[in-house]
Amino acid sequence: MTTATVTANGFRRVLRSIHIPPVYFFLILIFIAGGLLDQVFADGQIFSNPAIMLNIVVRSVALGIVAVGQSLVIIGASIDLSVAYTISITAVMSSYIMVGKTENVPMAILGVFGIGALIGLANGLIITKLHVNPFIATLGTSLIVKGIINASFSNYTGSVPKSFEYFGYGKIGPIPVSIFILVIIVMGGWFLLARTKFGSHLYGVGGNSEVARLSGVRTDRVLIIAHVICSMTAVLAGLFLVSQMRSGAPWVGPNGVYDLNSIATTVIGGTALAGGKGGVWGTLGGVLIFGVLETVFNQLGVNPYIKTFLQGAIIVLAVASYTIRSKKEAA
Amino acid sequence: MTESISTPQTGFSKLLRSIWAGIKKTPPVYPIFFIIFIILGLLNPNKYQSMNGVMTFLRTAAPLAVLAIGEMLVLALGGFDLSVGAIVTFVVLVSSKLLANDPANAYPAIMIMLGSGLVIGLVNGLIVSYLKVPSFITTLGMMLLVRGGALYYVGGAPQGYLTDNWRAFGRNYIENVPLFGRVPYAFIILIVIGALAYFLFHRTHFGKQILTIGDNVRAAQFSGVRVKLVRVLTFILCSVFAIIGGILLGGFGGVNVTIGEGMEMQAIAACVVGGVLLGGGKGNILNAIFGAFTLQAIVNLLNLLGLPKPYTDAVQGLIIIGAVAYVGISSLRKR
Repeated sequence: MTTATVTANGFRRVLRSIHIPPVYFFLILIFIAGGLLDQVFADGQIFSNPAIMLNIVVRSVALGIVAVGQSLVIIGASIDLSVAYTISITAVMSSYIMVGKTENVPMAILGVFGIGALIGLANGLIITKLHVNPFIATLGTSLIVKGIINASFSNYTGSVPKSFEYFGYGKIGPIPVSIFILVIIVMGGWFLLARTKFGSHLYGVGGNSEVARLSGVRTDRVLIIAHVICSMTAVLAGLFLVSQMRSGAPWVGPNGVYDLNSIATTVIGGTALAGGKGGVWGTLGGVLIFGVLETVFNQLGVNPYIKTFLQGAIIVLAVASYTIRSKKEAA
Repeated sequence: MTESISTPQTGFSKLLRSIWAGIKKTPPVYPIFFIIFIILGLLNPNKYQSMNGVMTFLRTAAPLAVLAIGEMLVLALGGFDLSVGAIVTFVVLVSSKLLANDPANAYPAIMIMLGSGLVIGLVNGLIVSYLKVPSFITTLGMMLLVRGGALYYVGGAPQGYLTDNWRAFGRNYIENVPLFGRVPYAFIILIVIGALAYFLFHRTHFGKQILTIGDNVRAAQFSGVRVKLVRVLTFILCSVFAIIGGILLGGFGGVNVTIGEGMEMQAIAACVVGGVLLGGGKGNILNAIFGAFTLQAIVNLLNLLGLPKPYTDAVQGLIIIGAVAYVGISSLRKR
């Protein structure tokens, strides 16, 4: 009998230790509201067709991967506005190097991760060593990368081999490969933040950089690593997008508004822009909200401009749904 | 005897030292701007060494400068306003339909625009103040809302052209002004708005309260600042200035759906080049205006060098980082 109570207590403790970010309540709300609207005004596929559920997640993969990286830098009280063009340069460079041949894939992947590491390193160094505000630093690198892409490519460039399309279209059983990759990245982000020294240091740097530095954290190095990881996630998202598109185009990143959207989903997920607080699970919730919205709008055939309008309103409402109870003034 | 010799020397060196101290105290945006402008003058003496050319430059730079003034107020408060670029697009698109190609509609259209600016700013301010949504997200949402709304209203493309009397504010000059030759309306509007903002920000309690809130919200609350009111007013000012900037830009820019794209980032960059701290608590109207002039001068310089657009982007990125690093490092040294 004692063992039973112990396990019951243990179970309760585990339950209590699982802290569900409030964004998931909003996600469920949006999903149910969208599903009901779909039931009334369209064919009701959202509730009845499991393929649509999967599609919501697949739609969210690219944004989800970048948003994990974005969450890391925002937790470190930094920001990365260069992810959109990092995605673009990945898409065009990888398909440019691959030119449809499987044997070029490893080289292309190495190449684009190298470029990504370089961009992240540049961001991190400019922010930490030149003391440039991260907003401006990454805006600057974003302009530089944009210039380089637009000077070299103006349209679809090269192509990816059939084998590489597995990344975008392959399935393991009924579940698309891309979903596994998203889950792995989110788990990886969670592990980094919650289970490693780097993670605790990052929270420290984001919370109060000076205090972290005085307690012996190499704040510059932590922030640089966070930026390199963030750029790497953008590269991975770019690879995923190019495998779906079959050929890289310079406008993939900015067209998907991956810079501002990844920041928005991170904040919707409960990560504070001021840094030091938050996590990747919340961000995943924010990303899924975007996926659900996109699907609902498509099902209902909403005018694209109204879609933009509603997206703006919902971003604000999603964040308001939990900030409204906060006693602190927002900035 | 020694004194009689050394006194003038110390007087002179004191003067030199005070001049040097003055130079050191000058915000770095001024040397940056004047160096770029001198390069412009050397490369194209016909244009940039004549009063006419300077006035044309001021006309081109005025819209961004007006945007930067509003943005600076919000930045000094510790916030962001990402909606100003979308507001510029909104002004041009919605006006193109409101005008219906009839000059008689110009002034009512401008009034409607200023009114919408007031409403946009009010909503931004209320959401940040009462729903406690960070301004970065509030104004990001507002950016989508305003852009989506404007595009929906005009059906995705500009409707008709902007009439000449609507465009006059951004495009025309007052001719035959003594000493200056001709003065663009846009520059006069910039001076009026700049003076108004300068007075509000540097000479009134309101301005001090903005800085206090940006520096420490709690302290501001405890010292009796009506934080919510000040914030809402600041956001309104920013949006209305963005509307005015849009009207000025619409005067000579093309009527298209991308006209305001990225202008929020340029306005923020202009402020930061002008020494404004992101995160609040510091700001200067004149420096922000010169920050905007600097960015515009960079664009003109790159155009003058005949670089194609993509290179212009890349070099602009480099120069923004460089300028901000310079501003940041020189302010670090002062501390």
